[in-house]
Amino acid sequence: MPTLCLTSAYSITASVNPPRAAFSDLPLGHTVGRPHQPEFQRDLLRRALNAAVNMDAPGTIAATGVTWDSDGSWKRRATPTGMESEEDASRDGDPGDSRNVRVDTPQYQYESDRLAAGSGS
Amino acid sequence: MEVRPETSTPIDYIALTRDRYDLLGYPPYQWAELTDTPPWTPLTRPLAESTVALIGSGGAYREGQTAFHWKDDTGVRRIPSADPATDIRVTHFAYDLEPAREDPNIVFPVDRLRDLVDEGLIGGLAPTALGCMGGIYSVRRATEELAPAVVAEITAMDVDLALLVPV
Repeated sequence: MPTLCLTSAYSITASVNPPRAAFSDLPLGHTVGRPHQPEFQRDLLRRALNAAVNMDAPGTIAATGVTWDSDGSWKRRATPTGMESEEDASRDGDPGDSRNVRVDTPQYQYESDRLAAGSGS
Repeated sequence: MEVRPETSTPIDYIALTRDRYDLLGYPPYQWAELTDTPPWTPLTRPLAESTVALIGSGGAYREGQTAFHWKDDTGVRRIPSADPATDIRVTHFAYDLEPAREDPNIVFPVDRLRDLVDEGLIGGLAPTALGCMGGIYSVRRATEELAPAVVAEITAMDVDLALLVPV
C-alpha cells in the first residue's frame, strides 16, 4: 500500500523514516494548516499529493513550501506542544511541562460526547 | 535557560523535547528511530483516478464514539469520511487542542479531501477514515497493536494511497 505522511515535525519524521513524507513548516497541532482557512488547507494538501507523485526514492521528505508566516517568527514561541502566547514566550524561567496528565479513562471533548457514547457518568 | 530555535530552519522537536526533559529532570524520551530503507510501493494510478484513505493520529473520534484515553490507547476509530468535520472531536494529551477543536480539518482533513475529490485532484475518498491516538509511549505497543490494526483496516479498503496525518 503506497503511503504519504504529512508532517510539521521534520526531525521526528526523519527519525521514523517513512517511505514518502511532505513537510510543511507549521506549528505543532496544525499539520494541515490554519483553522477555518480552507484554501490554505487545500493548497497544502495539493502540494503534498502532487509531490508524492514525483517521489521515486524511499525515505523522501519533500518540502511543500507552506509556511505559517513570512519570517518564521512564530518559532520563537514554539514549544513541544504547540505555541506559547507572546506573553509567556517573553518570560524567562522554567517553562514547566505543558502536557496533560496521562489518564487511562476516555477524555471527551464535550460532556455531550460522553453521553452520546453511552458511557454514562 | 532554553535556547530558542532558529526561525529559518524546521524546529527540531527531538532537540526541543530533550532540552525540556533535561530542565524537568526527566530521563530522555525514547524516539522511534528506523534506519533501514523503508519499504516502497509505487503509486500505480494517476492521482485523479486514485482512491485515498485518511488516517489521522491526532486523536480524532466522531461524536457518539468512545473518546481515546491518554495512556497508550492503541484503539482505532472508524469515522465516515462523508460526515462533516463538525462531527469530529479531538483528544490528546501532548498538543494544544484548541485550534484543532476549532477546526478538526487541521489534523483530520475530511472536508478538504472531499473538496479535492470535487475539484478532480484525487479520484475518491475511502468511505471510512481512521482516527487513532499518536501519543503512545510504548513503541512496542504501537508496533505490535496499533500498526497491524491500521494496516488490516486499510488493506481491506482497496484504496490506492493511504494519507497519514500525524500531529
